[in-house]
Amino acid sequence: MTYLNTLLFGIYPYIALTIFIIGSIVRYDREQYTWKTGSSQLLESKQLKQGSKAFHIGVIMVLLGHFVGLLTPAEVWHVVGIEASHKQLIAMGLGGFFGIICFYGLTILLKRRLFNPRIRATSSNMDIAILLLLYVQLILGLASIFVSAGHMDGAEMLKLMSWAQNMVTFNGAEAAAAIAHVHWIYKLHVFLGMTLFVVFPFSRLVHIASVPLQYLSRNYQVVRSK
Amino acid sequence: MKVRAQIGMVLNLDKCIGCHTCSITCKNVWTSREGVEYAWFNNVETKPGIGYPKEWENQSKWNGGWQRNSNGTLEPRQGNKRRLLANIFANPDLPEIDDYYEPFDFDYQHLHNAPDSKHQPVARPRSLITGQRMEKINWGPNWEEILGTEFSERKKDKNFDEVVQKDIYGQFEKTFMMYLPRLCEHCINPACVASCPSGAIYKREEDGIVLIDQDKCRGWRMCVSGCPYKKIYYNWKSGKSEKCIFCFPRIEAGQPTVCAETCVGRIRYLGVLLYDADKVEEVASVPNEQDLYPAQLSMFLDPHDPEVIAAAKAEGIPDSWLEAARQSPVYKMAMDWKVALPLHPEYRTLPMVWYIPPLSPIQTAVQAGHVGMAGVIPDLKSLRIPLRYLANLLTAGDEKPVVRALERMIAMRAFKRAQQVEGAEDLEVLNQVGLTAQQVEDMYRYMAIANYEDRFVIPTSHKAYAENAYDMKNGCGFSFGNGCSDGNNGVNLFGGKKQTVKQIIPVEMKE
Repeated sequence: MTYLNTLLFGIYPYIALTIFIIGSIVRYDREQYTWKTGSSQLLESKQLKQGSKAFHIGVIMVLLGHFVGLLTPAEVWHVVGIEASHKQLIAMGLGGFFGIICFYGLTILLKRRLFNPRIRATSSNMDIAILLLLYVQLILGLASIFVSAGHMDGAEMLKLMSWAQNMVTFNGAEAAAAIAHVHWIYKLHVFLGMTLFVVFPFSRLVHIASVPLQYLSRNYQVVRSK
Repeated sequence: MKVRAQIGMVLNLDKCIGCHTCSITCKNVWTSREGVEYAWFNNVETKPGIGYPKEWENQSKWNGGWQRNSNGTLEPRQGNKRRLLANIFANPDLPEIDDYYEPFDFDYQHLHNAPDSKHQPVARPRSLITGQRMEKINWGPNWEEILGTEFSERKKDKNFDEVVQKDIYGQFEKTFMMYLPRLCEHCINPACVASCPSGAIYKREEDGIVLIDQDKCRGWRMCVSGCPYKKIYYNWKSGKSEKCIFCFPRIEAGQPTVCAETCVGRIRYLGVLLYDADKVEEVASVPNEQDLYPAQLSMFLDPHDPEVIAAAKAEGIPDSWLEAARQSPVYKMAMDWKVALPLHPEYRTLPMVWYIPPLSPIQTAVQAGHVGMAGVIPDLKSLRIPLRYLANLLTAGDEKPVVRALERMIAMRAFKRAQQVEGAEDLEVLNQVGLTAQQVEDMYRYMAIANYEDRFVIPTSHKAYAENAYDMKNGCGFSFGNGCSDGNNGVNLFGGKKQTVKQIIPVEMKE
């Protein structure tokens, strides 16, 4: 089991991140024409308006929460005066709240993707796969809240934080060891999360890297030479 | 003064016969691909009508173009930058495919392979999006052809606003119909460029053509709603926006656009206009909408003025372009004779495809004896409805420029008729409209005879300035996106379907 554990949580994340980074660079460089949001609003607008806003607001907040929650060292939380048990409660509360908003939106989007004839006919396999993947991942994340409710001391959460922080500081073995004994639902969630990094360069997820914030600071008019 | 050159277009609506050749040739060349079947870079509408997409002129519905704030600044009517980004997950102003029409094709193959039956086999329509059978086609790119729909539908035409009471409309339509060919306006103050979050749309410095960088476009689709003319189309297959490219490969080679080249009525004119780029903001934000047309005229520069020539040369505009500007039919029509007018200047985009208003409704009314005469020229002011309608279309509701243009065209006819039929020089009619005999002879040459070399005065672009010919060696020329870097095994590593392969969606027969 430890071999498998090391492979999945000590080595696989690095493979995933490598594919994520190199794949994205190659696609941006070689195939920028395919770098897009893949919007289907032209073909169906009503359900999209309902689903897309909720999904995106939810998922952005959830991702931000994961980023801050997992990668901020435990000592920092200690200095700020937030104990692990408190932090877990906050994470469950905020994560649950935005997770449910995201779930509402994603359910509408998935239904639309699968059952609207126009959307279904013009979807690529990856469009459908990525939605299903996100849906499963979201349900796992929401389900893990109930598991977390069984142990409110924050110890499990500290293990996951330790895994993430060891990963980004290149201690793969320690990372794998830290996560070895958490509930399977967290493990599956982490594994699927890493898989999302793998599919990122091959799917429409790349639009996340193109949030057009530079628009706010540029002039309205753009003039270019031939 | 910052001189810029732009290739502009004028369409003489008086001569448009509504044959749609421009639309068809354009489509064959540029949009006969999957994903843009519904898109017409050039289309011809019958007016009065709601047009394509439905009610595109109704900006209280679509929120296209610019609006002037109380402090005198401009912002896209669909929202400032922050609001636009806030709407990025779902654009509230985006037309849906049904606002254009669901693209369709017919099962012609069925005519060949239908089994023996009592009835003649027919080719039934199917959707080009879902591949499903379409039982009834209920809208198309030209559904209102020659007033083809009920008037109750067509009277939603925004140009009827403020005309008169509704019951006059019905009467009106017996006397009045016109064609309006439309393409991208290649505006001086384009709202699509301003709405693009990625900065993928740009105006070319050399010739003013507005283009979308297909590599940089991310498909945020704000340009579609930003353009008040609804002349940007979202390609549902490539996920990128596309628009009329003013046939730039042809323009660069000194050839007219496909729509202009193939126009059988010879109604289209292409020529260089010089304008002062420093004045764009000031002109686009004049408080009164009816001042936008004269303000835009004030921005155009006289290519004969030595000061302008010197300033243009300092900007690096080549001599051949300045010479073309002096010969420009567009300049003559817009500035010298003032017979060409911009389409919906009230959108504040400073459009560069202008229109000569049609005489046909006036002519019809004159022959029916509805109009009083002021000398030879009919008293156009008594034709309230068509004038008001044309003014709403071309001058933000100001009837005076429309009257001037129409009167000058009538005067030209009267003068030439007197000259050719009666052998007399009728200078009185010219005095009435403020033209000289020489000007009218020129108008006659350009507008009535309309020879190819007079209609199209296009300088070739100086490639040597713009591009390094060595780098272009072994290039792949024009392609859809980065067609060059595709592998040749038909599978794209990064997903999506290949643009160059036409996907045939099988029909599910349920008979």
